[in-house]
Amino acid sequence: MALTPLSLVLGVAIAWLAIGAAGLLRPHDIRFAGRALFGLGAVAALLLLAAGIWSLGQPVQAWVLPLGLPDLPLHVRLDPLASFFLALIGATAAGISVYSAGYFRAGEGALPGLLCLQYHVFLASMTMVVLADDAYTFMVAWETMALASYFLVTTQHRVPEIRKAGFLYLLLAHVGAIGILLCFGVLQGGSWQFTFDAMRAATLPPTWASIAFGLALFGFGAKAGLVPLHVWLPEAHPAAPSPVSALMSGVMLKTAIYGIVRVSFDLLHTPLWWWGAVALALGAFTAVFGAVFAAVQTDMKRLLAYSSIENIGVIVTGLGLAMLFRGLKMNALAALSLSAALYHCINHAQFKSLLFLCTGSVLHATGQRNLGKLGGLIHRMPWVAWLALVGTLAMAGLPPLNGFVSEWLLLQAYLFTPGLPHTIVNMLVPLGAAAFALTVALSAYVMVKFYGVIFLGRAREAILTQAHDAGWLERIGLAWLALGCVALGMAPVAVLDALDTINRSLIGTGIGAQTQNWWLLTPVDAQRASYSPLVFAAGMAIAIAITYLVVRRLYHGRVRRSDPWDCGFPAQTPRMQDTAEGFGQPIRHVFGPFFRIERELPTPFDKEPRYALRLGDRWWDWLYLPIARSVQETARVVGYLQQGRIALYLFYSFATLLTLLAFAL
Amino acid sequence: MNPALPLSTQLIHLGAAVLLLTSFAMLSQRRIVSLVNLFTVQGVALSVSTAIVAYTSGQHHLYYSAVLSVALKVLLLPWILHRLIARLNVRWDSEPLINIPTTMLFGIVLVVFAFGLAQPISQMSTTIARSTLGIALAVVMLSFLMMITRRKAISQVIGFLAMENGLFFAATSATYGMPMVVELGVALDVLIGMVILGVFFFQIREQFDSLDLQHLEQLRED
Amino acid sequence: MSTWAIIGLFEAVLAILIAPLFIGWIDQCRAWLQNRRGAGMLQPYRTIRKLLHKDAVIAHGASSLFRVSPYVQFGAMAMAAAIIPVFSVRAPLGVAADTIALVGVFALARVFIALAAMDIGTAFGSLGARREMLVGFLAEPALLMVFLTASMISQSTLLPTIADVLGQIHFTIFPSLAFAGIAFVMVLLAENARIPIDNPTTHLELTMIHEAMVLEYSARHLALIEWSSALKLFNYATIGIALFLPWGLAGRTGGALELALALPIAALKLVILGAALALVETLSAKLRIFRAPEFLATAFLLAVLGLLVHLLLGS
Repeated sequence: MALTPLSLVLGVAIAWLAIGAAGLLRPHDIRFAGRALFGLGAVAALLLLAAGIWSLGQPVQAWVLPLGLPDLPLHVRLDPLASFFLALIGATAAGISVYSAGYFRAGEGALPGLLCLQYHVFLASMTMVVLADDAYTFMVAWETMALASYFLVTTQHRVPEIRKAGFLYLLLAHVGAIGILLCFGVLQGGSWQFTFDAMRAATLPPTWASIAFGLALFGFGAKAGLVPLHVWLPEAHPAAPSPVSALMSGVMLKTAIYGIVRVSFDLLHTPLWWWGAVALALGAFTAVFGAVFAAVQTDMKRLLAYSSIENIGVIVTGLGLAMLFRGLKMNALAALSLSAALYHCINHAQFKSLLFLCTGSVLHATGQRNLGKLGGLIHRMPWVAWLALVGTLAMAGLPPLNGFVSEWLLLQAYLFTPGLPHTIVNMLVPLGAAAFALTVALSAYVMVKFYGVIFLGRAREAILTQAHDAGWLERIGLAWLALGCVALGMAPVAVLDALDTINRSLIGTGIGAQTQNWWLLTPVDAQRASYSPLVFAAGMAIAIAITYLVVRRLYHGRVRRSDPWDCGFPAQTPRMQDTAEGFGQPIRHVFGPFFRIERELPTPFDKEPRYALRLGDRWWDWLYLPIARSVQETARVVGYLQQGRIALYLFYSFATLLTLLAFAL
Repeated sequence: MNPALPLSTQLIHLGAAVLLLTSFAMLSQRRIVSLVNLFTVQGVALSVSTAIVAYTSGQHHLYYSAVLSVALKVLLLPWILHRLIARLNVRWDSEPLINIPTTMLFGIVLVVFAFGLAQPISQMSTTIARSTLGIALAVVMLSFLMMITRRKAISQVIGFLAMENGLFFAATSATYGMPMVVELGVALDVLIGMVILGVFFFQIREQFDSLDLQHLEQLRED
Repeated sequence: MSTWAIIGLFEAVLAILIAPLFIGWIDQCRAWLQNRRGAGMLQPYRTIRKLLHKDAVIAHGASSLFRVSPYVQFGAMAMAAAIIPVFSVRAPLGVAADTIALVGVFALARVFIALAAMDIGTAFGSLGARREMLVGFLAEPALLMVFLTASMISQSTLLPTIADVLGQIHFTIFPSLAFAGIAFVMVLLAENARIPIDNPTTHLELTMIHEAMVLEYSARHLALIEWSSALKLFNYATIGIALFLPWGLAGRTGGALELALALPIAALKLVILGAALALVETLSAKLRIFRAPEFLATAFLLAVLGLLVHLLLGS
């Protein structure tokens, strides 16, 4: 068969499944299952990236695969939206797979062969989710994704906390899946055909369309981590091994975003404006919530998990703006917002995966996840530290890296809002912009805490002086992702051109970014706003170089080493540096009502004084525990039916028989 | 770009902005003396914008309103309040009920609500200052919020007076002022109210040795 | 290269060279207000020159990030000086970065200096870093909101264009800009570590915010940091002038005469602004550290209020 983008993508999916199965051949052999197979998986991911980029310029391709049940074959379709997300999966998975080839070592938790199988099935199922063109394929792929990731999360299943985290994850994934299933049920609009083409052709009255949107937001929001369905994220992401956390945080959350975009912009044609307002409000709240919680965490992976919640909130805010504009027929602005949201998707995939993988290396080298026991690792692990710095700066949204570009685009979209016809929304959108600005500032705070406490300062535990740097395979993986961050930051015009094909297919118009200069980004109009990361980076580099040369030429470069300033306290220990709790204390003070704080204070009479602080999420008390209690109550009440006497059970059957016969009359 | 508005409208907008700024600043102040000073500034802004409306619209009775405002809100009431503060010896408010940043956040939400509410109403009016109706409504709501979140009795009184300022501004901007009779009646009420409240403050302080209103809760039947 | 590009470059270099003089002027005004003689307006230059001659003494545990940070900070502030119009609206790099990127540049400098402070591993460094990030995380959104208000009025986010548009309008009172102006002054005081947020001349470590971060720096690194702090204050002052007092800037179509006039006008505005800053500093007292979030929250909410007033009144 001819080499079309769709066949290449399907080939990659099949290759991943084959690699996974091959892992079962020699499950204990780390060199085979670990290095070789993961390496092959990385090559396949690169092919997927190439296929995604290739197909962005191609017309839409669709196939019916000769698989599945009779009368329910699998439909697949490759359109611009799907190609973008496939490129995202490919680019991120390439880096993570190379890293994993070096990361998984013998004697830790699961068998390498089993890990290989679960990992590659996970990747293949995510590809199928993006390719799916009918509800059946979508749900099969979605469930496979959930199951594969569940097994990956519970790799170290002998630890009870990890088992509990896995259970919570599976539970919420299925609650979301029910929402998605019901959404598809509403979308078919009476035709009882579950292909996406049929759903596109069906026109729903506004009430049913809104119900479908609400179900989609609920279902996909549970997978993406929108408040209040976010509680599984901070438990599951830290519990999984680091490459899996990176894959979940960087890629799996984006498939949920893909789902929202697919349902609201493609299957429901034109979103209503007030859906956008709801999504905007929800996204803004999620973003602030995630940032505030991330700032007070003491476990490095939980911190990154909450930070993922924050970024998902930002993306959903962008989607909300896009829906708002599209509903009010302001298509050019809708294109701008949608591009900003999708750009942030791929940016987040790159820098979040980079940071999770760096924490993986730290965990490997030190065995510690607790921020209070790390520190000073920049001296022992220079490669990891400097690459993590790239990820940190990108996540904090600093120019000229990629995080800044998508945030810049989103702020430009916010600036156009005075032209809205509805007054209340007109006023609420600047509040959304204010919340967004607050989130960006908080994420810088979180990143300084993360990087500073782990890599800078002095080692808080003696064991840390034995830490070793990452291996060469891991370094390649990290470098690939860091390169992605830099490239996406320096070439925004190229990325926006690629995203414009998606805009044209979903909304009808593109941004029409003036591309007479490939190095200057002017999304709407050169008078209005422009940004050139290359000129910026070049300017900074020149300024720094000139300063350095002038200072060294006119003066000298002598350096002496001595002790740091101790203000007269002679016994400075490394434990006198800020702990993670200490660094988060201002946020705790300012945002007190957000948390449920439990403190254990020492008294003057304690022989060994202890100070403990536990910060809880209030959503447990407000939402989850009441539901869990009512479920238990109901189960208890229903339990009265079981009395253990045979006569009673015979009576149940007899009563049912009598009732049915009475109805037949 | 907006075409340039006539100077009088711009000055009225400026007066409205100063009013909003002072009522917002009152939410963030802890010192009671600053509250009284802010109230005085409000009075000045109010009188000036009333005078400008009187000048441009030709409604001469508004001049009398402006003079009355100056006499009452800039001179008499602040003097009474300063004397009260000196005799009661209160300088600082204790911590407000919810902390100051949260109060200000509620304030912003109220401002958005007031602005949104006022838009359709101000379309119906025909005065030159109708777009400032939203600001007047916001000032009323912010003062109400201030009354709710303060502990000392005297801050609540100042909030009440600020609310009256907001209502007066709303009347001027929406309908060219209330009938003179109503206005004189309101002014007299406010003055008498101040005198009576002054007497009450002394009684409260006699009883509880402090002007913190939480002590009034002890008076309930148990 | 065209003449305008050279003039623009000259503008940026002039800003970098004059910045310590601006700090010297403010210190001199403060001295006069406090009835002292003061050290003279050229004192910052003498300090920088003295520092450049010394040997750099670095703590044992410092990494290369510590040594790179002062250069990054100085580079970032120099970039900002190239973006902000000082006396003409043709800032050389004004097209490459707009006001949002400007906020990003300030954030970049802040993050690097905070990381350098945490690098040493003493309690004071991380204290300073934590407090600086606290001030920064509230001041940055306030600054962004001020810029958004100005952008909405002038329909552009490029700072030279904003200055141009606001300067061309015949005298109009913009209430929303009044709110934004007050918020901007509060942010200026907070971000540049002036009273009432931080005392630039304190020597008590527990009251420091900015100084605690640079406690370990010496010699040429400290010289660069002092210069970047001066440049940061100068940048903020010129941003304030461009947004709120833009008359007198040489416009896009101006000729040589307008340019020649713009220089003394800009100098006059800076002199007045410096004196006003010194007055504010002398009249205020330093706030307790946990009152600082309230101060900044007020600034943030005032800026948001300015935006809302603009939407309501259309001005």
